[in-house]
Amino acid sequence: MGLNEKPLSTLHEKASYELGDFEVPTGREEAWRFTPLARLKGLHNGKAAITGQAITTAHTPAGVTAEWVGREDARIGRAYVPADRVSAQAYNAFEKALVVTVPKEATPDGPIRIEVRGGGLDGATYGHIVVAVEPLAEAVVIVEHAGSAVYADNVEFVVGDGASLKVVSLQDWDDDAVHVSHHHAQLAKDATFRSFVVTLGGDLVRLSPSVSYTAPGGDADLSGVYFVDAGQHLEHRLLVDHSQPHCKSNVDYRGALQGQDAHAVWIGDVIIRVEAEGTDTYELNRNLILTDGARADSVPNLEILTGEVAGAGHASASGRLDDEHIFYLQARGIPRDEARRLVVRGFLGQLIEKIQVEEIRERVLSAVEAELAR
Amino acid sequence: MSTLEIRDLKVAVEDKEILRGVNLTVRAGETHAIMGPNGSGKSTLAYAVAGHPKYTITGGQVLLDGVDLLELSVDERARAGLFLAMQYPVEVPGVSVSNFLRSAVTSIRGEAPKLREFAKDLKAGMDGLSIDPAFAQRNLNEGFSGGEKKRHEILQLELLKPKIAVLDETDSGLDVDALRVVSEGINRFRASGETGVLLITHYTRILRYVKPDFVHVFANGRVVEEGGPELADKLESEGYEQYTKASA
Ligand SMILES: Nc1ncnc2c1ncn2[C@@H]1O[C@H](COP(=O)(O)OP(=O)(O)O)[C@@H](O)[C@H]1O
Ligand SMILES: [Mg+2]
Repeated sequence: MGLNEKPLSTLHEKASYELGDFEVPTGREEAWRFTPLARLKGLHNGKAAITGQAITTAHTPAGVTAEWVGREDARIGRAYVPADRVSAQAYNAFEKALVVTVPKEATPDGPIRIEVRGGGLDGATYGHIVVAVEPLAEAVVIVEHAGSAVYADNVEFVVGDGASLKVVSLQDWDDDAVHVSHHHAQLAKDATFRSFVVTLGGDLVRLSPSVSYTAPGGDADLSGVYFVDAGQHLEHRLLVDHSQPHCKSNVDYRGALQGQDAHAVWIGDVIIRVEAEGTDTYELNRNLILTDGARADSVPNLEILTGEVAGAGHASASGRLDDEHIFYLQARGIPRDEARRLVVRGFLGQLIEKIQVEEIRERVLSAVEAELAR
Repeated sequence: MSTLEIRDLKVAVEDKEILRGVNLTVRAGETHAIMGPNGSGKSTLAYAVAGHPKYTITGGQVLLDGVDLLELSVDERARAGLFLAMQYPVEVPGVSVSNFLRSAVTSIRGEAPKLREFAKDLKAGMDGLSIDPAFAQRNLNEGFSGGEKKRHEILQLELLKPKIAVLDETDSGLDVDALRVVSEGINRFRASGETGVLLITHYTRILRYVKPDFVHVFANGRVVEEGGPELADKLESEGYEQYTKASA
């Protein structure tokens, strides 16, 4: 399998299973210009020894299967083709892939939990996960990352006809972890996909959630919150590729940044191809910069190749805490620090409220709370 | 019994002098009306006393029971017993009315109120001001009408029970029904006789519902005339023109 070119779009140029099809990034490329390559610990240039460790475990409710399979398994790489060098590296280097299957029309009575626990920074490690939700099935998946690792992986979400998948991905790494990840969702006819990404930990996290559609009627909602502390680089690169008519997408990411050299990057690419008539899409990113020395780069790109869209918009706003908000709360006796916490919690909380799994919602709220207390 | 003393207060905004020596004393049990034309510095006085960072104090003192408020942070002033009902309450996204009020009550009292008690007080407060209980779950002031915002300011006043309340044009933009409801709230707050009110207004209308003991006319950043309630009647018939001309 060679190069898979989609020349009509400038946002989604290249996809290939072959590592050799991707040059080693130098940092000058559009796709890499925000990422501090030196902190990738060799994930991007093949110099990382594959001696690292990250243990992945899956807990599945009744009726859902989880299998470890080799790379020759036909279900691997079916929905997703690596789109950059690190992704291709991970694709070619993982040992076993985890394949989770939710059978046709199944509605398991609890979430599927996948835990990835890093075992140290000594060398890199790679992973591959496939979650397939068969037609008319409904599932909730919680992916949690913790510990310390140099880890690159690809995750494929294959959502069948009329099926529904909700995913919460929590990046709660230790402060020294490096994680580069692609999460791709492929939506069949009338499929629904809800993704909620929460990135709090790690020295460098670069997560690229993407969505493609194989038939009309797909509906994707991609939400995310991140909290960037001093020295952290947390990057989210979204890509929604509308190549089918009458599909929807909504992207809403919010972040708070505090401390010296806290760096958030958000790239939101949406392509509406010629054939994708009746597309309805909106993407939004907002950053709240709490201290000097923190920086947010936010770049929404909307590429519309058809004249027939139902709706298409994007917005991006990064700003400081509003003094008037803080004054108002303080004028009611609330100490400044607490006022600040209330406002930030409110800013992120409006999104967090969307998490439908109560236990996870509470956990995310308390994780944000803990960040604010630092 | 509390006393707020404003002594020769001078305030600048962005290097422009706005208040040019204000003297005013409000004692518990008294209601003072400050009346004056637009731009005369009424809100500047309110904000400066509350400690808004945009206003620079260039001279004078503000004492609450002998404590110099100007030495305190905004929240310390509120905890010392000062309350400012804002002319334009800001919208705070993501912070619910009930969550905000609980935090405020906790800060002012120094301990968290019992949940049931708080819920009861909140409900009673909202009932008294004809506020739909559903507002408790809404984001603070977000999408509220002008009148709804003002009712919520008075709700806060009643829940926080300050020693001295400064009400900045709480009556502006209210229809007669809302004005009556809001005035009743202010009168409940005054009823104990242990609190002082500084009522800033542009119009005499509210003074028919909230009777002042003293009226101060404000123009060009200072008090230019003082008297009893009869001064309001004079303003009603003659307007502010004589004051603005005189000091211009
Ligand atoms: N935040 C501010 N920035 C700049 N000028 C201000 C500000 N606040 C007040 N002023 C100026 O101060 C003067 C008094 O304003 P204000 O106190 O709002 O008057 P009032 O409340 O009596 O209408 C006006 O000339 C106004 O333009
Ligand atoms: Mg004013």
